Amino acid sequence: MSDYYGLPLLKAPVWTWEVPAYFFVGGAAGASAVIANAAKLAGGRNDLVRDARWIAAAGSMLSAPLLIADLGRPERFLNMLRVFKLQSPMSVGVWTLVAFSSSAAAAAFADAVASASGDAVAVRLVRDAADALAAATGVVLSTYTGVLIGATAIPVWSQNVRLLPIHFGASGIGAAASLLELMGHRDPALNLLAAGAAAVETLIGAGIELRESDALVPLKENASGTITRLGGFLSGPVPLGLRLLGGGSTAARRTAAISTIAGSLLTRIAWIHAGRVSAHRSSGDRAG
Amino acid sequence: MPSEQRATAFLTDSTLCIGCKACEVACKEWNQVPSDGFTLTGFSYDNTAALGHSTWRHVKFVERTGGLGGLATGDAGYRSAFRWDFSSDVCKHCEHAGCLEACPTGSIVRTEFGGVYIQPDVCNGCGYCVVSCPFGVVDRRPDDGRAFKCTFCYDRQKVGLKPACATACPTESIQFGTIEDMRAKAQARVAELKTRGIDDAIVYDPVDTSVGGTHAIFVLRGAPQDYNLPSAPEVPTVHLRDGWSSAAIAAGLMLLGSAAAFLGRKP
Repeated sequence: MSDYYGLPLLKAPVWTWEVPAYFFVGGAAGASAVIANAAKLAGGRNDLVRDARWIAAAGSMLSAPLLIADLGRPERFLNMLRVFKLQSPMSVGVWTLVAFSSSAAAAAFADAVASASGDAVAVRLVRDAADALAAATGVVLSTYTGVLIGATAIPVWSQNVRLLPIHFGASGIGAAASLLELMGHRDPALNLLAAGAAAVETLIGAGIELRESDALVPLKENASGTITRLGGFLSGPVPLGLRLLGGGSTAARRTAAISTIAGSLLTRIAWIHAGRVSAHRSSGDRAG
Repeated sequence: MPSEQRATAFLTDSTLCIGCKACEVACKEWNQVPSDGFTLTGFSYDNTAALGHSTWRHVKFVERTGGLGGLATGDAGYRSAFRWDFSSDVCKHCEHAGCLEACPTGSIVRTEFGGVYIQPDVCNGCGYCVVSCPFGVVDRRPDDGRAFKCTFCYDRQKVGLKPACATACPTESIQFGTIEDMRAKAQARVAELKTRGIDDAIVYDPVDTSVGGTHAIFVLRGAPQDYNLPSAPEVPTVHLRDGWSSAAIAAGLMLLGSAAAFLGRKP
């Protein structure tokens, strides 16, 4: 193996803290819209549906400023909307965020109007259509970020391109269900759903640990490895154990929820950090 | 410009480069690229280290043991134990360009000359091109906020001039012409070098990869990795199918899992 004075081949991501924060917030918001629709479908959970809608709407409102703040030229954010490019996950993602914010906000607003207007049929139709659109775009918002970083030249990201969307989707569902629990919802379906997400996270974490590849080193060694493992531990085995063995007690569920939310945020920070390390380690032989 | 405009290319021949860095200077002068700092790397005479937001031509100094081989001129008996390989690096202007595909604003475009150009009045500094370049060329300029790289001297080509670096090169190590001519010249040059005993001469133009060839072709001695060039570059869009398939599975799991949890567990 030869190289050029050990200098890296690739440029490191220039993204700052806003990007992992956006991945976390957008992921939880998108998943929350899915939960709102599922809870509405099952029926008899009006308070939960309403709160899930509000998390989706509030999260989408928080997402745009985070995304804009990370730009080198924030005042030019609207240039993102002058084209739509299917081959650019960032373009797809920006348009998804626009559609999701609009529908999630419309659903929350229409629901407030419906309550005030004595459940007028027209308003309920608007609300239900907006709900459906928010769920349809919400699943994209929660998962596209995995494609966004997976379809790059950064080895640790591109070699996990199949894993990342499922990883981030599960992380989003876990965080959204946990936020609703922390808002006081004791619905057993939330515990079941969050346990399922924690099970997926546990499998993904185990899969990363068991695979041996040079590209995975940033996920296992030094600071980026520590953050990855801590994020994985808090998203996977810890909440999974508390939810399955905690007997559904409030204390166990709240602890699991806090662990899941912290794990979800740490996971996104870890992947961006690992990308930076991966770029610094890159060479002509290790092009991703 | 007429649509029948021929695609152009650089041919950078490292066996003719004398490491004078006139290309770096000419590029900076013409394009008014800001200073990239006065640092001493300790890596031979290369104090620039890499292409970047404010370095669009970069001369690499590869130190070799083994002498000049068949390139030695003058005293036929002269053999040094040390040899320098210089190579002036530049944006590859890929046929399938990762930066161009990734750009969400449409700021990065393909010009009528086949080059890849960042429109500075459109770029909003999202940074996605930076991680999408398999050659580590594009970077965001911190004090400006936008991404920059070699423009292929789009302004000069528009009025029929050669790029500044090719114009300034005193040894014709940097040649410029139609891509067909440059490809033919590269093959002919390597064949000629081999007849002179330079067995490690290669053409670097990754036509057989997903990058699909480049508008910056190189003649090098030794392995591409010695010059910090990837042996097998890949345009990141090759990962899109796997990524979106996985996203579709994830979306299905989110929808079905949520529905199953709420339908299965009544409050």
